[in-house]
Amino acid sequence: MYSRDGVCSIRLPLLLSLCLAGCGQSGPAPNSNSPDVLVLKQNPVHPQITVTGASTIAPLMNEIAKRFELQHPELRIDVQTGGSSRGVTDSRNGLSDIGMVSRSLKPDESDLQRFPLARDGVCLIVHSDNPVTSLTDEQVVSIYQGKTRNWKDVGGPDQPITVVNKAEGRSTLEVFAGHFKLPTNEIQADVVIGDNEQGVKTVAGNLQSIGYVSIGTAEFNRDAGVPIKLLPLAGIEASVKTVNDGTFPMSRTLHLVTKSKPTGIVHELIEFATSSKVHDLVKELSFVPIE
Amino acid sequence: MSRSSKDLLLVAVLRGLAVVSGLVVVCIVLFVLVEAFPALSDVGPSRFLSDASWHPDESPSTGTFNLLPIAAGTLLTSLLAVVVAGPLGILSAVFAQYYAPARLAGWYRRLVELMAGVPSVVYGLWGLVVLVPLVNRIHPPGQSLLAGVVILTLMILPTVALLTDAAFTGLPAGYARGAAALGLSRSTTAFFVMIPAARSGLATAVMLALVRAMGETMAVVMVCGNVARMPGGLFAPVRTLTATIALEMGYARGDHRSALFACGLVLVIVVTVFILCVELGSYRRPAHGD
Repeated sequence: MYSRDGVCSIRLPLLLSLCLAGCGQSGPAPNSNSPDVLVLKQNPVHPQITVTGASTIAPLMNEIAKRFELQHPELRIDVQTGGSSRGVTDSRNGLSDIGMVSRSLKPDESDLQRFPLARDGVCLIVHSDNPVTSLTDEQVVSIYQGKTRNWKDVGGPDQPITVVNKAEGRSTLEVFAGHFKLPTNEIQADVVIGDNEQGVKTVAGNLQSIGYVSIGTAEFNRDAGVPIKLLPLAGIEASVKTVNDGTFPMSRTLHLVTKSKPTGIVHELIEFATSSKVHDLVKELSFVPIE
Repeated sequence: MSRSSKDLLLVAVLRGLAVVSGLVVVCIVLFVLVEAFPALSDVGPSRFLSDASWHPDESPSTGTFNLLPIAAGTLLTSLLAVVVAGPLGILSAVFAQYYAPARLAGWYRRLVELMAGVPSVVYGLWGLVVLVPLVNRIHPPGQSLLAGVVILTLMILPTVALLTDAAFTGLPAGYARGAAALGLSRSTTAFFVMIPAARSGLATAVMLALVRAMGETMAVVMVCGNVARMPGGLFAPVRTLTATIALEMGYARGDHRSALFACGLVLVIVVTVFILCVELGSYRRPAHGD
């Protein structure tokens, strides 16, 4: 599980720096001559990068930060959550070096430098033996509002629908509810689940169920032989490919933003985070890497 | 070192350890209280009982925080599981103690111990891929109070069985001899002599089982359906306090996060009340022969 308070600090480098200070050495501090891009708090000798913003991106950014710190043991990266808007404001007024934004940027936010980190796609899944091959947006909304309660009303067999929903606060729920403009408190669920794997298992074990999970997870499980079917949305096939090229509607791009063109270690971190070196982490957290 | 100073040292060490273990519990309760405080003051205890639903948010004005269905879910699943597992566990111990031949009893106990050692996530996975589809065939969706009760029963059954067995073993041998001298049958001995004599041990066994059922998380998350509504029957999904914490903690901020600690607080209070009840009960009616 992701850190409880949404704040993760890697303390090892700090300890290390204390050791070094004890030895009477001033530890390596690259780029300490460009303080404009570094927020130097607490420890004047060692650089620290503060990243704030969307809680969707934070777990991924945490993993990326850990890997980056392995290469730069003197560096300390502080990842804090607080929503996309905080990511924008913090990076604008210099409270953070990098902001994390999980929605598309608004027109008045064009002053920020943006770096696409990964894509996040969500698709509807049903059991593979379910004869229904597609649902219109209205049908999906009606099912999730509890107005349509039987598969026969949407072209399926005469069986009650089991609505599988995500727990409050999950980013998949956010994407799903955002796409269908469905307030989360109007959703009438029969089963509430936690992570994507549980969603896949729930749907695979229940012929009458419908759920939604990250596309990466759904595709991986379907290809591994799990009896689930990915439903297309507005006629567009649900796959990592359509999420990647931006045609799949229920998806979004996760961005990193900075106030000005990044330099020094911040630039290096952004380069690293958007490179193929972290694609395994992106996939692990069920996002889609940007090719 | 003289004998008495050794004893004094031992007493000091034991006292120190006792204080530490006591302090740990106090610290946990304090921590939960402190973390739950923002929700208790911003949202207010009354809204935890009267809000329309459980749709928490980081700001108290946009979220709704009704904990009642969730608390009811915890009580229902664990109490029902104890109602089923309690008698079964006691009967299992009676069998191992008074009916099974010595060798069979040894193997039987080992089997029950093995059952106690299976991690809860294994029970949960089994529940999700085997039990839930079975329940689904009777009445969809399958994730239900019933599935939760069955899984919890399986999980706490060995707790009751092993502790009851230990309570029987701890009874003075004179009871069995006296019963034999009176010519009592085996069933009369077991049910009218031994069980009443071991009553406080049995109460502890059932209590620990109940507390384990209330604290169980992973398995419950997987089979109960986790819908935060008042459960409408055996086949309706339920959500427990622990499941709420597990499902939402990773993503919760602000008062939402604090409300989850309030869930923990409710759990602590409920468990404390149950333990106090058992303690008071056993003070009032001490077991025979003590």
